[in-house]
Amino acid sequence: MVDDERPVLELRGITKRFPGVLANDHVDFDLRRREVHALLGENGAGKSTLMNVLYGLYSPDEGEIRIKGDPVRMRSPKDAIDHGIGMVHQHFMLIPVMTVAENIVLGNEPLDAGVLLDYGAARKRVEELARTFGFRIDPDARVEAITVGQQQRVEILKALYRGAEILILDEPTAVLTPQEALELFEILRTLVREGMSIIFISHKLGEVLEIADRITVLRRGKAVDTVPRAGATEEGLARMMVGREVLLRVEKAAAQPTDPALRVEDIRVLDDRRLEAVRGVSFEVRRGEIVGIAGVDGNGQSELIDALSGLRHPTSGKVRLGDRDVTGASAGQILDLGLGHIPEDRQRRGLVLDFTLAENIALHDFDRPPNSRFGWLFPKRMIRRAQGLLRQFDVRGGGAQTRAAALSGGNQQKVVLAREMARDPKLLIAAQPTRGLDVGAIEFVHRRLVEARDGGEAVLLVSLELDEILSLSDRILVLYEGRVVAEHGPDVTEEELGIEMTGGRGKEAVA
Amino acid sequence: MTEASKPPPPASSPETIPSVAARLAFYQRAGGVITPLLTAVVAFFIAGLVILVTTHKNPLSTYRAIFDGTGLNWFFHVGSHSIGLPFSDSRVWFPWDTGSAAAMNLQQTLIVVTPLILTGLAVAFAFRCGLFNIGGNGQYTVGAVVAVQFGIWFAGLPGPLHVLLAMAAATVAGAMWAGIAGLLKATVGAHEVITTIMLNWIALWIASYLVGFGGPMQDPRQISAPVTRQIAESAKLKIFWGNALLQGLHIGIVIAIFALFVYWIVLNRTTLGYEVKAVGFNPEAARYGGISVARNYFLAMAISGAFAGLAGAIDILGWEFNLDLTEVQSVQIGFIGIAVALLGRNTAVGVFLSAILFGALLTGTSTRNLDPTIFKPELAGNLTRIIQGLVVLFVGADLIILYLWQARRKLPFARKADQR
Repeated sequence: MVDDERPVLELRGITKRFPGVLANDHVDFDLRRREVHALLGENGAGKSTLMNVLYGLYSPDEGEIRIKGDPVRMRSPKDAIDHGIGMVHQHFMLIPVMTVAENIVLGNEPLDAGVLLDYGAARKRVEELARTFGFRIDPDARVEAITVGQQQRVEILKALYRGAEILILDEPTAVLTPQEALELFEILRTLVREGMSIIFISHKLGEVLEIADRITVLRRGKAVDTVPRAGATEEGLARMMVGREVLLRVEKAAAQPTDPALRVEDIRVLDDRRLEAVRGVSFEVRRGEIVGIAGVDGNGQSELIDALSGLRHPTSGKVRLGDRDVTGASAGQILDLGLGHIPEDRQRRGLVLDFTLAENIALHDFDRPPNSRFGWLFPKRMIRRAQGLLRQFDVRGGGAQTRAAALSGGNQQKVVLAREMARDPKLLIAAQPTRGLDVGAIEFVHRRLVEARDGGEAVLLVSLELDEILSLSDRILVLYEGRVVAEHGPDVTEEELGIEMTGGRGKEAVA
Repeated sequence: MTEASKPPPPASSPETIPSVAARLAFYQRAGGVITPLLTAVVAFFIAGLVILVTTHKNPLSTYRAIFDGTGLNWFFHVGSHSIGLPFSDSRVWFPWDTGSAAAMNLQQTLIVVTPLILTGLAVAFAFRCGLFNIGGNGQYTVGAVVAVQFGIWFAGLPGPLHVLLAMAAATVAGAMWAGIAGLLKATVGAHEVITTIMLNWIALWIASYLVGFGGPMQDPRQISAPVTRQIAESAKLKIFWGNALLQGLHIGIVIAIFALFVYWIVLNRTTLGYEVKAVGFNPEAARYGGISVARNYFLAMAISGAFAGLAGAIDILGWEFNLDLTEVQSVQIGFIGIAVALLGRNTAVGVFLSAILFGALLTGTSTRNLDPTIFKPELAGNLTRIIQGLVVLFVGADLIILYLWQARRKLPFARKADQR
């Protein structure tokens, strides 16, 4: 499928520095016509920077960009668009109250007598485009009413409408269900057949091997290598990404659950808009088992976790931790009763970024011995305790007196993990424990969670990554629209879960 | 170089990315000292241009005259002098002449610096909890009113006790006044900027009523002047440097410096300080950590108000001795405290230094202290305001300063990368 002509796009020796960081270090990259070229790398490896340089959002410190052999300068995204480059960001830039067709033509509208939007013409052109590339989409649907997968298609169509021949997709599957991801791959294959060239940014090995023709691996701002898909393996790619051998599967024995640590009875929880986000959920988690909660983002996971940790109070139902009723207890009280909580957003909630690591590690127990007595802090003791834990959890990039903000995401997560696990909690809630982490750090977190389970802790794992749910959980609950719609043992398939996560229909409503 | 086969280099390796931590720390340290310094320098420079353009005076000699007016030049006149120790008859050798004109100017400067330290701390403490206390002025006024009243009452008490009582009452009053804003923030989420500004006006008009014509606190023997009675002798702060009749330096400066220590200790060595800072940096994380955000909003505002209330008390007990209507309506100390805290970066040392800067500016440009042959003192007051305004303006300029700092470093860094 790959044409062996001149590359449509070449990046030569791109170097981009930020204060204190060499984000791209003489990166070479080329894209041939009709190929999907994956850009693979850990978070912070420089993928997004490289693409932002290409899209005119950053100007490179060194290096040049060639389109079809001609050197060009990208001063702004407009230049990039004029050169036929389209970008689909991770976060969509759509106007929810407008229709699909309106969103697509926005900024380049067909005009009626030179003044008003000619909606008929817009609609027609969108339909033509959709037909050419085999998209199924209703041009008259309002964007807020369609699924995330369809919104992504709108973004792609928007780029095509503006004449893109090169598409950049930034972590496109991050927001999709497995089924939606498969449909996206179908679309990408069609686009390539129709002559498009695609840059596919990802840190997921599996999908890169599935869709890409060639794969370029970035590590620490440098292009490590470019390999064809044929012959590439997950293990090999992981090694290139991380720079060492990585264990991709979690080794664990069968669970030995004992008495229940958490019992949730028919709780209902409101979200910030005061709508019911959790609608009558009951389950229990026993010591010595990992219970995974699978679901598409926004189906009540966050509100459920908040209710269990006392950050939000259920409107009805009961939460029991061990043999204590903690419904309506404060966050501090529940922590004292033995909750460990790895929050889903470590930067917003899990850490005080301006505090040192020692202060962060003392977040739950700064107000009691040995960290303090009668309101008087003992910073040296906090530091000593932190030093031990940082070693134990292999936190790199800073010591007990380094500010948390100075650490990379993976190391920040290890700090949270160290704090929560060192408390020997009765119940450990791990929400998105590996979000944004690279392969090496994921391996570490997973191993620790299994160790906690084997040490007799009850672990509640909430994750949007099906892989993670499947490889760690002893039991799996599927949360859909605030209800538990299914429960499975550990050997359910990804497809089954995927269908249940989207309401059991498997097909999209407006498709 | 076969990078792929090597293990990840250690964090301290100079050519790789992990030195981010070190660099970040460096920028912050650099920014921590350099930005406020440059801010002040740039403010003085621009104000100097204003002097040059509008009055055709030489800014350098003007600044020199202001500097001499502040009495800070006192430190540069080292000699051999014999001075009396305060509160005793003994005399010791001392390198500076404690009786010179410069010494008297310096006493005036330090008298102004004292409340500025405290109102600066008031703003800084609230800042540390993520709150913007604009109500320093109102809290200062409330503290002053209460101090006057307590200074008039209890006239029979022994000196130190009376002083302590009046200061404690004013401190509590200031804390309660700011506590209202804290409580409103904690319970119904009313924004503290709005409520403290409103409380400023409420304090101003209540105080105006109390000391004004016919007000309950107006001195009945002076029906022609809107002013309170003098406080009792026992409530006055001791003067330890200079002549009491010529407004010598009272021990309030010692109390203010003690307050700086208290501020540092509370923030860095107590669980209260930990909570306040956690809430200030990231309320969501604090809540998740089991800290009550509402409680800390209230406490931080109350403590903040306590500093400002104490400032009002010290001015009354130290040198004003009574409160008059003009004084009530023209107080600026609380607002200058905002500039003090901003320039001082909310640290104890920073607040101390910037309080000295602003205090010196106020006395150095006052009619009494500035040499009129060099610069018209009636214009000089405005100069203070210009510099003050510029400082506040440039405090937001961290980014510009850091940008320049980086630009300077950019060159060698680029070369190093090329030599790889």
